[in-house]
Amino acid sequence: MNDPTPLLALDNVSKSFSRGGLRVHAVRRISFALLRGRTLALVGESGSGKTTAARLIMREYRPDEGRMLFRGSPIEDGPFASLGAYRRAVQMVFQDPFSSLNPVHTVRYHLERPLRLHHPALSRTERLTAVAEGLTRVKLDPVLILPKYPHELSGGQRQRISIARALAVDPEVIIADEPTSMLDVSVRLGILNLLNDMKRQLGLAVLYITHDIATARYVAEDIMVMYAGQIVEWGETQSVLSNPRHPYTRLLLSAVPDPDRRFVDGQFGDDLANIDEIRRQSAIEQPEVREIGPNHFIRPMPE
Amino acid sequence: MSDPVLSIRNLSIDYVGAETDFHAVRNVSFDIGRGEFFGLAGESGCGKSTIAFAISRLHRPPAIIRSGSQILLDGRDVLDLNDAALRELRWREVAMVFQSAMNSLNPVLTIESQFYDVLKTHTGMSRGAALLRAAELLSLVDIPADRLAAYPHQLSGGMRQRVVIAICLALSPKLLIMDEPTTALDVVVQREILERIHRLRQALGFSVLFITHDLALMAQVSDRIGIMLEGELVEVNDARAIYRSPQHDYTRRLWASIPRLTGERMVQGAG
Repeated sequence: MNDPTPLLALDNVSKSFSRGGLRVHAVRRISFALLRGRTLALVGESGSGKTTAARLIMREYRPDEGRMLFRGSPIEDGPFASLGAYRRAVQMVFQDPFSSLNPVHTVRYHLERPLRLHHPALSRTERLTAVAEGLTRVKLDPVLILPKYPHELSGGQRQRISIARALAVDPEVIIADEPTSMLDVSVRLGILNLLNDMKRQLGLAVLYITHDIATARYVAEDIMVMYAGQIVEWGETQSVLSNPRHPYTRLLLSAVPDPDRRFVDGQFGDDLANIDEIRRQSAIEQPEVREIGPNHFIRPMPE
Repeated sequence: MSDPVLSIRNLSIDYVGAETDFHAVRNVSFDIGRGEFFGLAGESGCGKSTIAFAISRLHRPPAIIRSGSQILLDGRDVLDLNDAALRELRWREVAMVFQSAMNSLNPVLTIESQFYDVLKTHTGMSRGAALLRAAELLSLVDIPADRLAAYPHQLSGGMRQRVVIAICLALSPKLLIMDEPTTALDVVVQREILERIHRLRQALGFSVLFITHDLALMAQVSDRIGIMLEGELVEVNDARAIYRSPQHDYTRRLWASIPRLTGERMVQGAG
């Protein structure tokens, strides 16, 4: 991470929710930075706090503790308008392409909407030109697609619309929350390639949230593994995946489907035999940070 | 294959439309042996779930099974059975774990009543006996018997899926059909569930028809695999062969579309 000023940085951010008198620590002292032209993957299972992290960035939640920095300065709580630039610069692509588009509106409406909100000065023709360009960018034909309703599109097409919508206002940061988990394997790769291309062409900083480590490897230069609200291991993707040091990272990796390790050949890894123990240990607060190598860190489990 | 549990011969299923029929399954034939774990892979709309539904005759109009098709379960053609015989067949010989199995439990009934429902209807078991049997079945999937009093929403997604599997095993079926049983679950939970199924079928000897679009997962758990494309079974082979030396171009393309944890990061010629 050589760039001195990350676009977006979280510094020891925590968020907890209370449920029936019980406090659930959804996110515990997490810190990370998003850099221009790089993808950072956040992996973990459901309930690990990934989506809470995304919602904190989208200002849907306010952090209980810690700071969030945009271009080096704290994001201020204030009137809506003061956040306008931030909201334009940080856009989200959602998991479910079926529920994130409004069924009663056309593609054209969905793509014009962000422009109307963020660039009210644009004329009708300028807006339409921008929308058509956006569709071409995600490899869809504007003439065919613009008048269509979401139900007339496939899952992959809808997710391309979601990406075009996020890109419509020239954002600098894209938060992609499981953007391919509801898609068929055969179209998944197309969406991942699209994200990769956009990152390169537009110099975007991308936070890619997933539970599928294999796809994280495909798109992300850096990776963070999250469990029970803590980032337990992080660093350069290749280093973390080839030399995982936290037991939870190893558990997650050993659960990835691998045709080279067939069930009939027996021998399930130790990590899988100790799932409950690893989960229990990983959920305990792990205050210490240990450097494993250049740009590779873990929070070791307490002995 | 000698003496298969399931033998599908020339199965064709159409969805009848106003003008044209959609050929969802075209002349498909395959066998599943006793105790075999058979995988059926392909992308959405290729007809794999249509086949799963047809095996227990759960397909509904406009789906029509064309004449000349045969679905032989232990030598008996499922397509010739009347309603009474079908009721005997379902659960007892073929049980099915649905795609959204997590949601196939009734939200207003306790887990215990859902076991009792199946056991009473098919064996006439008393409530007391059903309770004992349910506890025994839950222990197969590593859920403590005290969860019988719980409602589905009090269990995690993975536990609900295990409950559904336990109910499916209630009448010791010969064939367990699983249609994308773990698609909605995390990798770690998915792995736990499939390992359990793998051990159970070794212990109890049932066969499995496993349907998914995740070829890597399928190659890991299955003995043999069939690959479907637009209603046709384009390749059937040993799981190892499907992985190491796929013959059909489509099988190769499916493999190329899966990001892997090891080896080349960028896949060439995919998409």
